[in-house]
Amino acid sequence: METKFINTDTLPFCSGCGHTTISRNTEKALQKIGLNLLDVILVTDIGCHGIIDKAFDTHTVHGLHGRSVALASGISAGVNNPDKKVIVYIGDGGASIGMQHLLDAAHNGYNMTVVVHNNMLYGMTGGQPSELTPKGFKTPTLPQGATHKGYDICGLVATAGASYVSRITGIGDISDQLAEAFSRTGFSLVEVMEICPSYGVKSNPGIKLKTLIEEAGIEIKVYADNEPKAFETQERNDLPSLFSPSLEIKEEFTHRLDKPVRLFLSGTAGEGVQSAAEMFIRAGMRCGLQGTKKGSYPVTVGVGFSASNLILSPEPIFYTGAPRPDVILVTSEDGIKFARKLIDNAGEEALLIIDSTLETPKTRARVVSHHFREHFGGRNAMITALFEYLRQSNIISMDALKKQFMDSKMAANTKLKALIEETFGI
Amino acid sequence: MQALIDGSRLMTEALVKAGAEVFIGYPITPANNLYLFSGKRFKTFLAAPDEITTLQWMSGFAAAGKLPVTATSFPGFALMLESINMAYMMELPMVIVLVQRLGPATGTATSGAQGDIALLNGMLSGGYSIPVISTSEANDCWEMAENALKTAVELRTPVILLTSKEEVMTQFSFDLDTLKEIKAVERKYYSSDGKFIPYKRDERGVPEFLPVNNDRHQVRYTASTHNENGILEGITPGALNNTISINKKIEKNIDSYLYYDLEKDDASDTLLVSYGITANAAREAAVRLRKEGRPVSVFIPKTLLPIPDKYMNIMSGYSNIVIAEENHPGLYRKLLFGVKAPTNVHSVNAIGRMINPDEIIEEVKKHGN
Ligand SMILES: Cc1ncc(C[n+]2csc(CCOP(=O)(O)OP(=O)(O)O)c2C)c(N)n1
Ligand code: SF4
Repeated sequence: METKFINTDTLPFCSGCGHTTISRNTEKALQKIGLNLLDVILVTDIGCHGIIDKAFDTHTVHGLHGRSVALASGISAGVNNPDKKVIVYIGDGGASIGMQHLLDAAHNGYNMTVVVHNNMLYGMTGGQPSELTPKGFKTPTLPQGATHKGYDICGLVATAGASYVSRITGIGDISDQLAEAFSRTGFSLVEVMEICPSYGVKSNPGIKLKTLIEEAGIEIKVYADNEPKAFETQERNDLPSLFSPSLEIKEEFTHRLDKPVRLFLSGTAGEGVQSAAEMFIRAGMRCGLQGTKKGSYPVTVGVGFSASNLILSPEPIFYTGAPRPDVILVTSEDGIKFARKLIDNAGEEALLIIDSTLETPKTRARVVSHHFREHFGGRNAMITALFEYLRQSNIISMDALKKQFMDSKMAANTKLKALIEETFGI
Repeated sequence: MQALIDGSRLMTEALVKAGAEVFIGYPITPANNLYLFSGKRFKTFLAAPDEITTLQWMSGFAAAGKLPVTATSFPGFALMLESINMAYMMELPMVIVLVQRLGPATGTATSGAQGDIALLNGMLSGGYSIPVISTSEANDCWEMAENALKTAVELRTPVILLTSKEEVMTQFSFDLDTLKEIKAVERKYYSSDGKFIPYKRDERGVPEFLPVNNDRHQVRYTASTHNENGILEGITPGALNNTISINKKIEKNIDSYLYYDLEKDDASDTLLVSYGITANAAREAAVRLRKEGRPVSVFIPKTLLPIPDKYMNIMSGYSNIVIAEENHPGLYRKLLFGVKAPTNVHSVNAIGRMINPDEIIEEVKKHGN
């Protein structure tokens, strides 16, 4: 006996609705292919066509308006088994609001067959035109008729990479055409042209589907019939933990901090501010300190300022902000602009380390000015400013920062390396 | 083992360890580190073309029995809203990490915020409850991430893991050996031979689960108002009852996902309340206040929504309450105390920057003791 996919003689559509033809022929097509009930997952959109679920004894999923193809894409990728047949029922309305999902599913080659129920209007909401409504077609809310040609959804998904695409007329027995699409792997789509008797006929009296199709220049044909290209979900079971042993920072030097110190580094994007900040924080950790680091830069990361907030502390750090840093290091014009407010607000106990090419702003902070840019180059100004800060403050072992520096790419620059060794006596 | 890490790394690793299998994402600052780490760590990683698609793909994976995760910020979350309502209605397990940034609209991508809690409270049409679990310190990026995933599975629901820019982007020193071990969540499937009724509830009010590709029983997932068979039914008593049961499931099981810190100081008449990124400023403020001889108790809710009765009990024991949060109107305060807070409830608020312990200390000192 043939599998019964539909469990009722009365479908929930108006008399003469093209949706009935599609549902009945879907069952017939599935029978022709010989699929089992639970090998089929029917995903339906919101619209008249979508209330068919309860009539199908397959697995059914009923989601949101326009999103059925995306939902089915997830199901298809999640199931990851081409022997399971994912069928999507969607209207021309759903295909309009969710058009990107159709293109995307075709593009990725998700295993599914999308059946577009193109009755050229929104049935469920009272007959408004969709993006697929053909030129001249009238609807209750558009009595003068559509002024534009509707989207050629078949052409679009074919271009996007679908395996199989056809447009058919939803009259009579269409089970062979549906079966053809259902039996493909990868993404296939059938656009079924049909009429909504309740709104389409009312607004276009005497309308004949075939004549309309001809007059509107809508092509009934196979749009794509390619080598099947099916999406396969990658499952990588051998990925390493994000806590790789290389992350370890061993305590091997000493510090002289009895309370937290907050640094603000401000320079120019592309001049190694962030990497200098990271070297410094790591150096602090090598000395047994706790640390935090934040970066600030414009969204276009390659221009303008680049700044970093650092905290080093002998105790756990809770609040990671530093509205009044203890030390401000500025190595460029961009950096000065960005740090201006902090420099203005700095108190007498604060230290400002600034490049000597910059005009020292008015500040209460103690100022140290050095030829970082001139001696070491703009790209190395921040790390050398940090070496200078250490030389003056001794808060952590100089060797710790030296070690970070030696481990970095910067140390490949032998001239710089020698210069730093000589200047800071390391 | 000491390492320099960020909250995104902790969260990603915790979610994977807890059993999350698929990360689907669309790039957005400040959630990008989660996207980046997930690409290196999740068994399956998919880059979606937008956030509506993200949530739809996740729902599809969840219906197929996988555990999906995404991370986004308000602009992306806004696009996901209808689809999260769908996943809620279908009762699909998943975790959505919401990394708050300054709004409204695109706001400032690089500035943190705590501006989305009111939205989360009303994000389901009908005002139903969805679990919102938040991080308030580094260790929460580990444990609350695990808890979020477990809750999603145990209650068959989307769960929001709420965090903010500074919590997932700031790098900090951390001893990885202090993290507790995480075991993958156990998934139970309907195993009886009897007819499977997709939304029939167990004693906790949770429907048993079967993926949409199983060969034994028909499965129906439906976002529209549906009865326990998953059949779209409109406003029949059975269907309305099912909708209410979803909400009940979340509310009556609150104890299974109730997380908070309470540091009680018996000498204090003031309770400092904070959550998320501001929690650490509150913790620091309390340490400093106590050093100065001013006792204060600290309450850090981590399960933010639905608001459990227990929170009201905790707070009722104090004559002064100071609530600190990084938004202008005092969003969580309003949820806790209504639009007009009682006169003993005080707020510390800011936007565009983190709240500083000094401001909290100042506010606490104005009242009580
Ligand atoms: C996001 C969203 N917008 C609008 C609607 C309202 N709506 C329900 S069905 C529908 C159109 C249905 O038309 P179509 O997809 O062509 O299916 P048909 O009813 O013709 O079968 C619309 C706009 C909705 N459900 N969701
Ligand atoms: S309104 Fe139109 S599309 Fe909807 S069921 Fe009736 S005839 Fe079909």
